[in-house]
Amino acid sequence: MSALIDLTIAGIREGLARGDFSATELTQAYVDAIEAARPLNAFIVETPDKALAMAAESDRRIAAGTARPLEGVPLGIKDLFATEGIHTQACSNVLKGFEPPYESTVTSNLWADGAVMLGKLNMDEFAMGSSNETSAYGPVVNPWRMAGSNAPMTPGGSSGGSAAAVAARLCAGATATDTGGSIRQPAAFTGTVGIKPTYGRCSRWGIVAFASSLDQAGPIARDVRDAAILLKSMASVDAKDATSVDLPVPDYEAAIGQSVKGLRIGIPKEYRVEGMPEEIERLWQQGIAWLRDAGAEIVDISLPHTKYALPAYYIVAPAEASSNLARYDGVRFGLRQGGGDGIVDLYEKSRAAGFGREVKRRILIGTYVLSAGYYDAYYLQAQKVRTLIKRDFETVFAAGVDTILTPATPSAAFGLEAMATASPVEMYLNDVFTVTVNMAGLPGIAVPAGLDQKGLPLGLQLIGRPFDESTLFKVGKVIEDAAGHFSPERWW
Amino acid sequence: MSVDTATVKRVAHLARIAVTDAEVEGFKAELNTILGFVEQLSEVDVSAVEPMTSVVAMKMKMRADEVTDGFYADKIVANAPATEDGFFLVPKVVE
Repeated sequence: MSALIDLTIAGIREGLARGDFSATELTQAYVDAIEAARPLNAFIVETPDKALAMAAESDRRIAAGTARPLEGVPLGIKDLFATEGIHTQACSNVLKGFEPPYESTVTSNLWADGAVMLGKLNMDEFAMGSSNETSAYGPVVNPWRMAGSNAPMTPGGSSGGSAAAVAARLCAGATATDTGGSIRQPAAFTGTVGIKPTYGRCSRWGIVAFASSLDQAGPIARDVRDAAILLKSMASVDAKDATSVDLPVPDYEAAIGQSVKGLRIGIPKEYRVEGMPEEIERLWQQGIAWLRDAGAEIVDISLPHTKYALPAYYIVAPAEASSNLARYDGVRFGLRQGGGDGIVDLYEKSRAAGFGREVKRRILIGTYVLSAGYYDAYYLQAQKVRTLIKRDFETVFAAGVDTILTPATPSAAFGLEAMATASPVEMYLNDVFTVTVNMAGLPGIAVPAGLDQKGLPLGLQLIGRPFDESTLFKVGKVIEDAAGHFSPERWW
Repeated sequence: MSVDTATVKRVAHLARIAVTDAEVEGFKAELNTILGFVEQLSEVDVSAVEPMTSVVAMKMKMRADEVTDGFYADKIVANAPATEDGFFLVPKVVE
């Protein structure tokens, strides 16, 4: 059955339509693959019964000639998405036992289009992390290893489970979320494609909130076309999310295969950071050459406020998180501890026991920067800097640049525990190329572009104009065609 | 700006997170590292710059002031650690 799990979503669509196999056979192949891959710790909850019931319905639909766009496509769902009656904990102990009485808009859209749910995927606690090591369920192991080594590597974070599961062929595609790079960095670390759409493109309703002005859902997929297919279904205009933007969802797949001739690709000089490995620079130059060869015009650009994006992010994101996470109080859901000394005792002990260290640290920073006397110096200053970061992008787009090419990450995947003694700021530097995109609300895609000397995948990032995801798919496909596909050798 | 032990304790209390003395020292060091890192923002000239409030210029959506959802208290309290008759239970807050 290994051939079935090797199919892309486009391949599944064709195979099911031709009757080469049934949705049930396909789902069973994934259920078996997930079971065999437990050492990767990518799935924290498996829902095989639900998956097979959904697949049976897909088979009925296909037989009746009423197949929907994602009919029978088995997906993994990041634990940040509320799934009705099914474990949803954002990989935190504070939400212990939580089973939402409702379904997120994004997952509702996917089920309405016929997709099959395989289970819930591991992630950094509340999506706060870049290595999946802050999860209450322990880290995900990257299916990729360095050549000739057994050392476990991080799949990145926070959507590490999503990226690892897609790379290891444990699902045909996965939902993920991105607040500072949490889709694109793990995609780059696992040789998969991940897109963070424009802020407002996917509804945030039913997604556990981290930093509301930055959070966006998007897919992680095997290739660029699959990412386009998934985003089409995930995106929608939703009255339940006031920041959902009232624009029709285009057919992203139509952009695949279109020529990039004459497109202007911006190369920002500020993304050449100090200490960046030689091979990242080489990869970037290779990407430039591929796009030039395909007929695009390469333009040097400047985004002068780039270096302020990460520090501004580490004020804005924790500030919003401290507010969003105030709801975990031991009263309405999840873990409850203490209370013998009154309600404050209950709050303090429940939150102390439920939150992990990284989450506590971010709540403390956020509480501090929002506290009396510091709001203007920190939060307001950061929001003003954010305006300048956004203006940098608006200026280059107004000058005729269609998309911007950068490396996705400053390095390849690192070893699990390799950053254990690093300061929080060193870990935060993982997001240096991706975080600007969240601060400005723009769409960004990570596409695999090669392997480093140790045999680990590396990715390039494309940044687009607001709501111009189609151009990212178009240009991303050109990079993909030039770079080829990358899959880990199976060892688990 | 940097934080001292008393400030970390005060902030932890504001955030309603119980912390031990040993944890406070660890958080103090980490918070000061992060605050040192974000300090560089103060060098940016933001006079005449408005704070960013939304990614895409859009008007706040308005909707009719009507009841569209609700009437299922049992579902709302279903995940609560302690409930009674459709209410959340908390320790006594008023003497």
